[in-house]
Parts: sequence; structure tokens; C-alpha cells
Amino acid sequence: MERSGQRKQKRSWVGFCLWRLPGDATRLTVALGLTLQTLPSAALDPASIASNGSADGAPACGSCHGANGEGNSNAGFPRLSGLAADYLLRQLASFAGAGRASEVMQPIASALSEPERRALASYYAGLPAWKAEGGEPPDGQLVFRGRALAKSGDWARGMPGCPQCHGPVGQGVGAVFPALAGQPAAYAAAQLAAWKNKTRANDPLGLMAGVAEKLTDDEAAAVSAYYASLPVPATRNGGPR
Amino acid sequence: MSTDVSRRWTRTVGAASLGLIVLVGQGFPKAEGTGGGRAEQTRRPDPAGNAAGHVQPPPESAIPDGPFGTMVRMGSDIFQDTGRHASGFVGNDLRCSNCHLDGGRLPGSAPLWAAYENYPAYRSKNRHVNTFAERLQGCFRYSMNGKAPQLGDPVLVALESYAFFLARGARTGVSPPGRGYPKLAQPVSLDIARGRDVYAAKCALCHGASGEGQATADGYTVFPPLWGARSYNWGAGMSSVANAAGFIKANMPLGQGNTLSDEEAWSVAAFIDSRERPQDPRFEGSVDETRKAHHDDPLDFYGQTVDGVLLGQNAPPSGTVPP
Ligand code: HEC
Ligand code: HEC
Ligand code: HEC
Ligand code: HEC
Repeated sequence: MERSGQRKQKRSWVGFCLWRLPGDATRLTVALGLTLQTLPSAALDPASIASNGSADGAPACGSCHGANGEGNSNAGFPRLSGLAADYLLRQLASFAGAGRASEVMQPIASALSEPERRALASYYAGLPAWKAEGGEPPDGQLVFRGRALAKSGDWARGMPGCPQCHGPVGQGVGAVFPALAGQPAAYAAAQLAAWKNKTRANDPLGLMAGVAEKLTDDEAAAVSAYYASLPVPATRNGGPR
Repeated sequence: MSTDVSRRWTRTVGAASLGLIVLVGQGFPKAEGTGGGRAEQTRRPDPAGNAAGHVQPPPESAIPDGPFGTMVRMGSDIFQDTGRHASGFVGNDLRCSNCHLDGGRLPGSAPLWAAYENYPAYRSKNRHVNTFAERLQGCFRYSMNGKAPQLGDPVLVALESYAFFLARGARTGVSPPGRGYPKLAQPVSLDIARGRDVYAAKCALCHGASGEGQATADGYTVFPPLWGARSYNWGAGMSSVANAAGFIKANMPLGQGNTLSDEEAWSVAAFIDSRERPQDPRFEGSVDETRKAHHDDPLDFYGQTVDGVLLGQNAPPSGTVPP
């Protein structure tokens, strides 16, 4: 509601300029004004929001998620580049609405309009998948243990292996199962903890909650270290055959 | 209760043809199952098969070094990525481990360790006593919609070695709990319309709206196709609704086994197994003849008309992967 009110104000400000300016300037401004009016995407340049923030107060995404959407290993900010657009969009909706609590992302997602979220989701999905540089080198022992558990799961506890949903090298599958390869370990571990304490509860059919609930903290750290150690695949998420 | 049943009855009549309506007490002719009679009788209803007493199949790390270990490892690879390691014998996008979970270890998903010591056995499917290797040939021909490796082929030797390795400590001729898929109590009716709803709500997310499955961008099938040209063919054990219902009840949705009611499992199994899939390799010249010869079972939709389709009539050819 409030937001559409602001939009109207912006438009009438353009109209006001047109009314004030005489001669050639008018024609020029008319052209400009028309462009602004007919192409709402001018206000909806996702690359611009990513690097400068939005008019409605959302900060530059790149300041945390990196200039190429690669994430930040030290801070535990996730990579966005190359993830499926539908997945990213649903996460923004969950932050703003219900299902995924985050003190950082809740106000940011709430400051974005629905079209802005859509545009940003497609924008990041379309970027080549980069891996964040830096961060602590992964502990070899932890990675080794994580790999074994990730690969086969633990069926004695009814837990499938991670590749059975996220793909053999964590490259992600379709719009529902996000890529894990190259996500900062601190981020992945925080998400697994969030499912356990129910601050993240937006997964379809409770599929991921069922897995996270079965992991001990040590196991969560191990599988997170394993996925952080993997290269980001060049290809994007797959989908229906 | 009675209105509920009669409503379902009517809906079923609308969805499937009369021959498929199944009433309690009527009794099913025995669906093609595990290893013929002697296995069937000893199978327990315990869905997860977790009752005490069965052998613990050894983990991957226990595979010994040396030539035998190499063969076991090859069997494990074939079992878990069949199209890659036995490509000449596979005609669809499935792997053995898609239906025999945890590399053929999981009770309630027809685990290899429980099967191995129960062969040779008589099978009504081919009316003779089958060795374990012959049983494996059937898997390639039907479940994998491919071609059976010759007896003695390294692919069969490797798979048999793997099963033998997993069955360490199992007792010969004893069908342990957890063998096969659980046998569910017989349904009041098979409600395909309800199955379609269950499918949309709980399965399509992974297996796709048209049962086509999902793959990674580089072409690795993660969620196997459940029907259509790239799934198991009309001769496969899974095309019998009883097997599918048992498998689904114990193992699906993935990671949430035993969360569906029996009725949901039956309905969704009926929905899946009333879609078109590759032809039965035993095709007898007509759908009618093939049904009479191999599918004369109320829990088998081959040759029945469902949703306006005579199943089997336009089945893709068996034994070939479509491009
Ligand atoms: C101040 C730092 C910061 C800024 C700025 C920021 N983010 Fe985030 N973002 C985070 C953190 C931290 C998380 C992890 C939240 C959690 O713990 O669930 C996150 C998570 C996300 C996720 C979920 C990713 C996944 O893999 O599930 C999306 C999508 C996202 N942010 C989009 C954006 C967009 C779009 C912007 C710009 C409008 C933005 N973020 C700006 C810190 C930030
Ligand atoms: C049964 C399917 C399934 C299995 C098995 C599974 N996951 Fe997931 N996972 C999901 C789904 C679905 C999501 C997306 C949830 C959402 O949309 O909010 C997800 C999301 C995640 C995320 C969050 C990614 C992000 O960018 O925020 C992490 C981390 C994760 N999974 C780790 C794992 C690990 C580690 C394992 C193995 C121990 C595993 N998953 C096994 C279904 C699964
Ligand atoms: C589409 C699912 C599917 C696939 C794929 C599949 N199977 Fe099976 N398998 C079944 C069904 C159904 C049965 C019958 C179980 C029963 O009767 O209880 C079965 C039975 C078996 C049995 C006998 C089990 C017993 O206890 O007697 C063995 C051994 C076996 N399969 C091995 C394999 C191998 C090896 C492959 C790969 C080459 C394979 N299967 C692929 C569904 C499948
Ligand atoms: C989280 C994703 C997921 C969901 C949801 C899911 N499945 Fe599956 N399904 C799988 C995976 C993965 C396999 C293969 C298992 C393996 O390889 O370990 C599988 C295997 C199967 C198979 C045997 C393989 C084949 O191609 O025939 C059947 C039948 C099946 N699922 C039916 C269902 C039904 C019915 C539902 C809904 C009640 C369902 N699945 C829900 C992931 C899923």
C-alpha cells in the first residue's frame, strides 16, 4: 500500500517537471518522462539494486553477497550467483513473510517490492556461479568425515545421503533443491542449525528439516565443511528431463 | 463408512475399468513376487523389517583388497550407477539402487543381503527354478528395460559378488525380516483419482509433474522417472501395484518412509502403474494376448483402459533408451 503511494508521487513529480519546462527542454523531458512511465524497469534495474541498493531503502546486496554474488566465506554470507531463480525468490518471500527468520535479511527482503524480488532473483540466477575466495582453509579431517556421511547418509536413522536430493557433487537439482557446492561452511552450518531450532521452516514437505533434525552439531559441521570444499560447478541447476 | 466405500466405489468405476475394482476378501491371485513360493510364505509384514535377528550387511569400507574385493567394488558401482558401469544392458534412466535403497542394504527395499541366500528358487514369472544370476538377468530385462547379460558375464559376476559380500552371515534358505517390499493389507479399492492427488501433493516435487524425473544440468538423473519411455517396462515387478504400494509405503517420499497411510500408498501406486511405459519384452503380438499370458491379475493395469488409454497399446518399444 504505502509503496504504491510512493510510486504515484514519483510519477507526478515527473509530470510537474514537464509542466514547468518550456520549448525543446519540454520535448526532451517528455521523451524521458515517457520512458520512465512506460518502462517501470528503469526503476527496477536489479544490477543497480545489487550494487547501489534500492530507492526504498534496501542496501546494496553486493556489500554482503559480493560484487559477483559469490558470497563471503569469512562472514558466512551465502553465494547467490547461479542458484535457481525460483529458489531465490521463494527465500526472499520467506524472509519478508514467514518461514525463515533472519535479523539481517528480514528488513532487506521487506524493503523490496515483489517485482524487485523477481528481478533480483533472475539477475543472480543468471550470473555465472562464482565461489567466494578466502575464508579459513577447511579442516581435512572434518571434510573427510563430512564426505562419507554426505555421500551415503545414515539409513539406520532414516537419513538419505545429501546427493540424493542435491545432486552427486552438490550442484543442485531444478528449482527446489539448491546447490550446496562452494557455499561457505559457516553459512551451511547455520542453516542446518536453523532447521533444528525451527527458525527456518520453509522447506517443501519438510524435506530438509527431516534431515537436519537427525544431524548432530559435529556432523553438521562436517558436511558443511565438505560442501564448502567443493568447487562450484560451471553448469546451472538441472530440472525435468 | 459404507457411504464412504460406495462413493469410492463409484469414483473408481469412473477412473478405471470394472476389472480392476478389488474388494476385500475377494483375494488377489498372487502377484509376481520374490523368488516364488518359498520366499513368499516366510516374508513378514513388519514394514521396516527392523525386527531383531537379521544380519547387518557390512559397510563399503569392509570390502577386502585383492581380486575378489575388486569384483565386489565393481558390483557396487554397477548397482549404484548402472547406466554408466553396465551401459550395454540398460535401456532407461534407472539404477538398481533406485528401488533397492542404500546400495541394496535397506530392509523393506528388497535388500540384496536378504535375497542372496534364497536362491535358487522357483519363480512363477518364468516357470522354472532360477539361480541368483538368472534372477539378476530378469532385473536387466524388465526393471532396467534393457538386455540380459549372458550368464558368466562380468556384470553378473560382479553383482553376484557384491550380493554375496553383503549377505555375510545370512542363513541359507532363511527369508529374513526386511526381505522384499512390505506386503500391505489389501485395499478396499484402487482409487486412481485419489492417487493423482497424492502424487501432486507429495511426489511431483521430485519425480516431476509427468513422472519424468529430474536430472542435474550435466545430465545425471537424481530423481528417477516413474513412468514414460525412460522408466521400468511393463514386465517389471514394480509395474505390479502390490509391489509399488509396498515400496512406496516403506520408502517414499524419500527420507519420510512410513508416513503415508496404506490407502494413500495403494492409490498413488495405482496412479503410477496406470500410466504408459515401455512395452513388455514378452509381448505376444497383441495387448490382449499379452495381458492374458502375463498380466492376468487385478493389480496389474496392463491391457486395461484407464483415463481413455488402453495401456500397452501405444507403449514405447522395450529395450531402447529414447534419444
Ligand atoms: C548486511 C548483509 C546483507 C545484505 C546487504 C544482503 N544480504 Fe542477503 N543474506 C545475508 C545473510 C546473513 C543471509 C543468511 C540469512 C540466514 O541466516 O538465513 C542472506 C541470505 C540471502 C538469501 C538466501 C540465500 C540462500 O541460499 O538461501 C537471499 C536470496 C538473499 N540473501 C538475497 C539478498 C538480496 C537480493 C539482497 C539485496 C537486496 C541482499 N540479500 C542483501 C546478508 C545480507
Ligand atoms: C529429501 C531431500 C533432501 C535431502 C536428502 C537433503 N536435503 Fe538439503 N535441502 C532440501 C531442500 C528441499 C532444500 C531447500 C529448502 C528451501 O527451499 O527452503 C534444502 C536446502 C539445504 C540447505 C540450505 C541451502 C541454502 O542455500 O540456504 C543446506 C545447507 C542443505 N540443504 C544441506 C543438506 C545436507 C548437508 C544434506 C545431507 C546431510 C541435505 N541437505 C540433504 C532437501 C534435501
Ligand atoms: C524399478 C525398480 C527396480 C529396479 C530399477 C531394480 N529392481 Fe530389483 N526388484 C524390484 C522389485 C519390484 C522386485 C521384487 C520384490 C519382491 O518381489 O518383493 C525386485 C527384486 C530383486 C531381487 C530379488 C529380491 C529377493 O528378495 O528375492 C534382486 C536380487 C534384485 N531385484 C536385484 C536388482 C538389480 C541387480 C537391479 C539392477 C540391475 C535391480 N534389481 C533393479 C524393483 C527394481
Ligand atoms: C525428496 C524427493 C522425493 C520425493 C518427494 C519422492 N521421491 Fe520417490 N524417489 C526419490 C529418489 C531420490 C528415488 C531413488 C532412491 C535412491 O536412488 O536412493 C526415488 C525412487 C522412487 C521409486 C522407485 C524408482 C522408480 O523409478 O520407480 C518410486 C516408485 C517412487 N520413488 C515413488 C514415489 C512416490 C509415489 C512418491 C510420493 C508419495 C515419491 N516417490 C516421493 C525421491 C523422491
